[in-house]
Amino acid sequence: MLGQFDFGVIARNLPYLLKVGMTFTLTLTALVVVGGVIFGTLLAMMRLSSFRPLSIVATAYINLMRSVPLVLVIFWFYFLVPYIGAWIIGASTPVKVGAFLSSVITFTMFEAAYYAEIMRAGIQSIPRGQVWAGYALGLNYWQTMGKIVLPQAFRNMVPILLTQTIVMFQDTSLVYVLSITDFLGAASKVAERDGRLVEMYLFVALVYFIMCIAGSYLVRRLQRRVAIIH
Amino acid sequence: MHYHWNWTIFWDLTPEGTGTYLHTLWVGLMWTLATALSAWVIALVLGSILGVIRTAPRKWAAAIGNGYVELFRNIPLLVQMFLWFFVMPELLPGRLGDAVKQMPPPWASFVPAVLCLGFFTAARVAEQVRAGIQALPRGQGMAGTALGLTLPQTYRYVLLPMAFRVILPPLTSEFLNIIKNSSVALTIGVVELTAAARTMQEFSFQVFEAFTAATLIYIVVNIAVVFAMRRVEQRVAIPGFIGPVLKTATH
Repeated sequence: MLGQFDFGVIARNLPYLLKVGMTFTLTLTALVVVGGVIFGTLLAMMRLSSFRPLSIVATAYINLMRSVPLVLVIFWFYFLVPYIGAWIIGASTPVKVGAFLSSVITFTMFEAAYYAEIMRAGIQSIPRGQVWAGYALGLNYWQTMGKIVLPQAFRNMVPILLTQTIVMFQDTSLVYVLSITDFLGAASKVAERDGRLVEMYLFVALVYFIMCIAGSYLVRRLQRRVAIIH
Repeated sequence: MHYHWNWTIFWDLTPEGTGTYLHTLWVGLMWTLATALSAWVIALVLGSILGVIRTAPRKWAAAIGNGYVELFRNIPLLVQMFLWFFVMPELLPGRLGDAVKQMPPPWASFVPAVLCLGFFTAARVAEQVRAGIQALPRGQGMAGTALGLTLPQTYRYVLLPMAFRVILPPLTSEFLNIIKNSSVALTIGVVELTAAARTMQEFSFQVFEAFTAATLIYIVVNIAVVFAMRRVEQRVAIPGFIGPVLKTATH
């Protein structure tokens, strides 16, 4: 039954799929983890702030991002970023933003909302006495957070942050809706050109599956190693 | 930086002549809800079965359940969507494959979208159901067996009624997820809410009005679901128990 299929199409296009497609996907994932965790941590700190307006803004942002589909957010930023760019540099026409930069900004802004909730849980898991101890030692807010609370919160949350990153790695395939050549986009271009949809999409599924399974396995191993028992 | 806002655009007629832009969005919302609700039925039934067999004392049954969850959680939803839409009809035996390929327009993309979302979300529901059953004190299952109930009876009358109450909040967020995830179906041609907003944007050039409207509709649907589920939680709550607290899944 599989006789009519030509799995050689995968081997012939492998350099393109990996060099162009997978490189894009992995670079995007790496940049978004860094940007998303930093912005997410700031959002979490804002959300936990005792200064009401700050916590209201952060809460509204997080809830907004979490209640709309990623696909819609991708479209939003794709059209919005050129206008924001023009506003920042004071240009009179929307600035051209490349597909890559647009994706990085979109996913960072979107994933930050999810990372923020994880970091909030992490921060809240630190005994309050430690914060008081920090203040009693004469540290200010940033020193207390930066030297006492965040390092522990981050360490406790690393497995969950990584699990979220595996989810995000899968979600980056949605840049397909902007016709960007990520791993899935590259495969889909080959598939359409050569009329080999079945072979290409099965291959894409297999690659994602293996990478995510391997990722989850490593996270589980890490989880056992970093666990701090309070 | 010139963007011409035009909030009355929603009452303009679309070039297709089928009604106003507001009507386009409304039809989109209906497809979103139809896709999400149909898929939810599959997800809930299949997810419950898988969740139960993952806790059952049969090693091979638990292995099937675990394998299913791993498979469907580790392939991106969009790739699964393409597998259901492009690959599945080719792999089905002759007649059935042709029948699937010859389905008339809205159904040709609606049916694969529903199957995809249903099977995808079933893995997540299975995870919640398993967690819910395992969160119950072990004594409950043992008490059931001690009373002379069979294993299926123990699940039906003792474990599941409690487990489903415990996991109502995470199930609510899975339901919200399935509504959001239904937007991925636009890639295979389902004109749900996000796709409707895209259509409106392409015809009217009023990008931000179209997306603002879609965003607001999603938020309203979210709030409505949360409120409805809170009512359900109160209705089915068992007196004497603290409100159930479980970790909710990610998006």
